[in-house]
Amino acid sequence: MEAAMGLMRRMPPKHSETALSALLSLMPQHSSDLLSQVDQPLQVLCDVDYGKEFILCEYNRDADSYRSPWSNKYHPPLEDGPYPSPELRKLEIEANEVFAIYRDQYYEGGISSVYMWEDENEGFVACFLIKKDGSKSGHGRRGYLQEGAWDAIHVMEVGPEEEGMAHYCLTSTVMLSLTTNNESTGTFNLSGSIRRQMNMDLSVADGHLCNMGKMIEELEGKLRNSLDQVYFGKTREMVCTLRPPAELVQVRLPDS
Amino acid sequence: MHSNSRQKMAEEVGNQEEEAEELSEKQKKEIAKWFLLNSPAGEIQYVAKDIRSVLNDDNVYNTAASEAFPVYNKSHMISLRMPGKSEDVLITSFGEINENEYIDPRTAHVARVDHVKQVCTKVRPATDEELPSPYVEDYRCALDAEIMKYVGEAYPKGVCSVYCARGKDVEEPGSDFELVVVISAARHSPQNFCNGSWRSIWNVEFKDDVQIVEVRGRMQVDAHYFEEGNVQLDAKHEFQDSTLFQSPDDIAVSLTNIIRHHETEYLASLQASYVNLPDTTFKDLRRKLPVTRTLFPWHNTLQFSLTRDISKELGIGK
Repeated sequence: MEAAMGLMRRMPPKHSETALSALLSLMPQHSSDLLSQVDQPLQVLCDVDYGKEFILCEYNRDADSYRSPWSNKYHPPLEDGPYPSPELRKLEIEANEVFAIYRDQYYEGGISSVYMWEDENEGFVACFLIKKDGSKSGHGRRGYLQEGAWDAIHVMEVGPEEEGMAHYCLTSTVMLSLTTNNESTGTFNLSGSIRRQMNMDLSVADGHLCNMGKMIEELEGKLRNSLDQVYFGKTREMVCTLRPPAELVQVRLPDS
Repeated sequence: MHSNSRQKMAEEVGNQEEEAEELSEKQKKEIAKWFLLNSPAGEIQYVAKDIRSVLNDDNVYNTAASEAFPVYNKSHMISLRMPGKSEDVLITSFGEINENEYIDPRTAHVARVDHVKQVCTKVRPATDEELPSPYVEDYRCALDAEIMKYVGEAYPKGVCSVYCARGKDVEEPGSDFELVVVISAARHSPQNFCNGSWRSIWNVEFKDDVQIVEVRGRMQVDAHYFEEGNVQLDAKHEFQDSTLFQSPDDIAVSLTNIIRHHETEYLASLQASYVNLPDTTFKDLRRKLPVTRTLFPWHNTLQFSLTRDISKELGIGK
């Protein structure tokens, strides 16, 4: 299993789907570990009642069906699929509405879905998903990207309420790939995935949605920043190590 | 539900695997080769160790490795130190005599390599048949000298070679021939979780009848950073240019200037792509701040719902 995770850390992130299915076929005995530890690009399906797309993941799946957060129905229909309690479903509906506005303000497009379910120890788990196609042909406002995919997965475990406080544990993953392609720069692709965790004890007076939202906004911002500043920056440093920019070597160059 | 559904899916996958016939050795080998060939620059040995342990079948692993390593070594144009010499030989398809022997035109030696260990085991002088004619060698040698100077200046760890790809037996003016300039610079620093490589291939066609030399270049730059994550750069570009047929020394200078010019421009365009990331390209995926330029008002989310209800009742909005 350690070797399998080692391979996932080295394979090009844009091939992570192929890599995972290859590992699943090589080591079926570890499929459960692989599926829970390796994140995959998100897929979408259209809710037939609402004519609106929703995101598929392990958290809204039962057998081969997926529950839509809009109609609360399984697609394709499923007889005895699990549902959140009416109270939690109310929070789920509100979270979907608010998160859609949040998503629009940061992403200027894209799709979002929120799923919630009760867990064993009197708390609940919420999963916030965002998928954005930032390419020219997708939702890219500025039209710079030949290809641009961003998938964010935020899994929030909320502990039971104790003396007005609750423990929130957030695990966020971002997977992205962006490609520009033009005459002067050729094909330029950056792809990657990172995952981070954040823990907080917060007063429930402000409401779960407010607490969860703030944590997600903060961690998502941090992930975006570290991709931009640290991860992309490190690959840029590597390019400059391979071939230092002209101004550094110009002194030694002949007249050219 | 979360852990349950994961469990369920895992069982289903497991069952399918049991129902389906066990993967054949050939399928396992192909999967292992896929992983090996997709290894980032300088990481194939690590990938090999992991895939060997996942396969748990040394026969399959050995076959996969013996097929994948030569392809990887040639496409990554790795350089190996020749035993008893201070020069490196580049492993490229242009210098391939047979799968395990690669010519180093500069020293006129042939290196025998162990692909899987990625070492050079033996060297022997090249035979006359393996080397170009004196006429072609004049052009090759002059170009090699200029390119070496340039690579020494531009790439701190660059290795280069100039091969004759076509017409090596041309003895005098009157026929076409083709040289290939290969530049390979790799940097491996696993302790800093970072590896990368720059590879350029320049095909130089000497067209005798029109007295023109045509140049086609391909460049590929890869970088991998993997401390608590996995981010990879994969950049490619192609160029075309031409110059007049001249004496070996003059053409060597012209060609090196062309190559220097395009590679310098390309580096600048890579830098520009990076500079444009935060405010243009990356912004199309996710903005740093919301369109409102202030953090999202989570405290007032109730208002959103209310506004929506009101708009719905009044029949405005969607």
